[in-house]
Amino acid sequence: MAEAIVPHQEFKKPQAAKGDETSLITGSEAIAVACKLADVDVITAYAIRPYDTVMQYIAKLVANGELDCEYIVAEGEHSQFEIVKHASACGARVFCGSSGVGWMYAMEALTVTPALRIPMVAMVGNRALDDPGAFGVEHNDALAVRDLGWQLVWVDSAQEALDVALMAYKVAEDRRVFLPLAISCDGAFLTHSQGIVKIPSREKVDSFLPRYNRGDLLLHPDNPISVAPQANEDWLMEIRRQTAAAMERSPTVIREAYKDFARIFGRDYGNPFFEEYMTDDADVVLVGMGTLSTPVKVTIRQMREEGKKVGFVRVRWFRPFAAEELAKSLGRFKAVGVIDRDFSLGSPFHSGVLANEVRSALYPAANRPPVLGFICGLGGREVTVPDVRKMSEKVYEAAAGKSQPLTQWIGLRE
Amino acid sequence: MGRLYAVEIVYRGIFQKTLAKNISRAIVLAAHKEGKPGISFGRYGDSPERNGIPAKAFAIVATDDITLEEGMAKYEPQEVDVSICVDDTLFKGVESWAWYGLQPINKLVKPGGTLIVTSVESPEVLAEMAHRKAAPYNMAIIKGTPSFSGLWVYKDDHSDVRILGAIAKVLPELFSLASVQETIRDEWHDELKATSAQRSFERLQTYTVQPTQGNPEEPYKFTMPKWTEMREGIAIPGIPMGHKMADPITGKEGGYRPERNPTFKKWATRTMRPVVDFDKCIKCTLCWLACPDSVFDVTPEGLYDANMEACCGCGVCEAVCPEPQCITMVNETAFPDNAGQWDAWRKDHDGYEKWVKEKIADRPERSHGFRFRGQYEEQVPDMLQIARQG
Repeated sequence: MAEAIVPHQEFKKPQAAKGDETSLITGSEAIAVACKLADVDVITAYAIRPYDTVMQYIAKLVANGELDCEYIVAEGEHSQFEIVKHASACGARVFCGSSGVGWMYAMEALTVTPALRIPMVAMVGNRALDDPGAFGVEHNDALAVRDLGWQLVWVDSAQEALDVALMAYKVAEDRRVFLPLAISCDGAFLTHSQGIVKIPSREKVDSFLPRYNRGDLLLHPDNPISVAPQANEDWLMEIRRQTAAAMERSPTVIREAYKDFARIFGRDYGNPFFEEYMTDDADVVLVGMGTLSTPVKVTIRQMREEGKKVGFVRVRWFRPFAAEELAKSLGRFKAVGVIDRDFSLGSPFHSGVLANEVRSALYPAANRPPVLGFICGLGGREVTVPDVRKMSEKVYEAAAGKSQPLTQWIGLRE
Repeated sequence: MGRLYAVEIVYRGIFQKTLAKNISRAIVLAAHKEGKPGISFGRYGDSPERNGIPAKAFAIVATDDITLEEGMAKYEPQEVDVSICVDDTLFKGVESWAWYGLQPINKLVKPGGTLIVTSVESPEVLAEMAHRKAAPYNMAIIKGTPSFSGLWVYKDDHSDVRILGAIAKVLPELFSLASVQETIRDEWHDELKATSAQRSFERLQTYTVQPTQGNPEEPYKFTMPKWTEMREGIAIPGIPMGHKMADPITGKEGGYRPERNPTFKKWATRTMRPVVDFDKCIKCTLCWLACPDSVFDVTPEGLYDANMEACCGCGVCEAVCPEPQCITMVNETAFPDNAGQWDAWRKDHDGYEKWVKEKIADRPERSHGFRFRGQYEEQVPDMLQIARQG
């Protein structure tokens, strides 16, 4: 539909808002708004639920003349991620995203991006991997890149999606980091649910977010370089070490970004890496990522009325993983229950990915409470209040020393 | 600890990959007939699927399993009892994909060890082509042009079994001639090949190469940077723009010499090189255009000088040149160094003319490459004749 394309020369820069606006939008739309505010240069798209909501909102922004960018619909996810990789190498601020098997189809492109130090920002609308074809949320898609040099963050509200997307550019495009970053949004619960979101003004965003400067790595005729030549065992370890060093620097840069964000936008998320809810006096805690935070928090409030001191730790940043800090926090409790909206078949204790990361983080710690792993809410199944109550009770039992399986499936018909 | 034996085979990628494998396998199998365990492998980092790239295969054998394990703990041996070179153009040094810089062909040969080479050159010429070595070593020549056995070709000229017979002669502790022959019968089912191994065993002559013989140059070396010294993002600087050339006689500046890769030289990658007769050049530019490696420097007078730092010896320039005998590919063994030809032509015109005539006389023997159907059918009987003579 050629008439739908806004001709380049007719583009008019939108008037910047004076202050924050308030808008009722989904998590996906919040990410699209962040792309507009960050003035992203190149966006690639390929439709798959639930990520496709983002591409629809961005297309609308472009069509309405609110966002001036190259918007390329690729012929598949592999090309989608390759195109932005190259655009980013040429100095463009980029955005893309996918879901489930679409993300997996892009895997080769996802693999090569960190070592090339491409600060790509992507949104993963978390979705179960086929088969069977299912639309609902599971975290295995984004977690598939957990060892490769991608920074991974989970958000649980549209507001956080917008804020973290702005911070994502600040972190990824910092010269000390230059690593790709994926923002995970739970399919349906966040991507398709509208909430009231404060949208900051363009001026505030401009004062927060510097321009992307690729420096000596810019692929440009004035800076003649070759990128990614064939290399053998004489080079690989050194290249991997460089990428590892960038990931090691990332936590400092994340902290700085959250601090700057709080100063400029007035929203302070506290500890960037994980959120603690009612943990000060808690006996036991649950740990989880994403939108399951809502039923967990509600259940905790109910249980506290009954005198049961349950707390919640919501992990935001999965990579880099704040192991020492998290272990220090969890060491205060009598037992810990980790809720995984994912699976890691054949892993230690047949647990989910997060549970084993938590166990691993606790191993060198002085205080190591028992850790139960729960697999819950797969394929978009609701994590219900009774589910959370059941898990909390099991964690209490573990605290009391009762022996039970280290991994339990909750909300399963059995 | 028992005794450990190591043999390396230096060969060229693709064309000799199977040849090298056949030799290293047969070494292990022949030693096994005498109760010795062993392993055979091609060095992975060489990427020997590349056309003509210098590569190595190894056979490691021991008197017992524990000793073998000691040998296997290091992927690539630091020294070998026998080094086999199946292409004499590698005598000037080996530049592999597995390392940076030029390694002397005799680098791994133990003091008193033996370097076996397939060649039609004399021992004196070969000894001078190799780099100097501090301790004396032995050299044995299997007379013949380089054999090929790779992905697409099998020139069954008995080079493989003649080399095996030679090993039984120079390192009898590793295996006897009888074991080699038994292995040949098992593997090739060919009595004639077993006879060739015997002839080679009986007639092999070895020469001692003294520390005073050989190329005295320090081989090109490259120091690997630390991880903190490398540019991030797997980005490497582009080759900068080139510059004008200066005439060695008049000092006149002009033309264009491109800058070239400062760390990868193609000296040993090449099996032959273009010899340019500048007096025949009509300045048509075709060699310069067609060369895939930007080998040709443009001289101030508009001639094209093949730069030996960049040439991999593919022969495209010769193929596209419209003038007879203007560019002629000549086997690399005919050249002692990588000196520029235009420079020599400018300094001594008549001397250069004489030099060109000498180099390209009788359309020189080119041992490499498969050029026409039926080529091996022509060559193999000659090789077998040599094999019969020993």
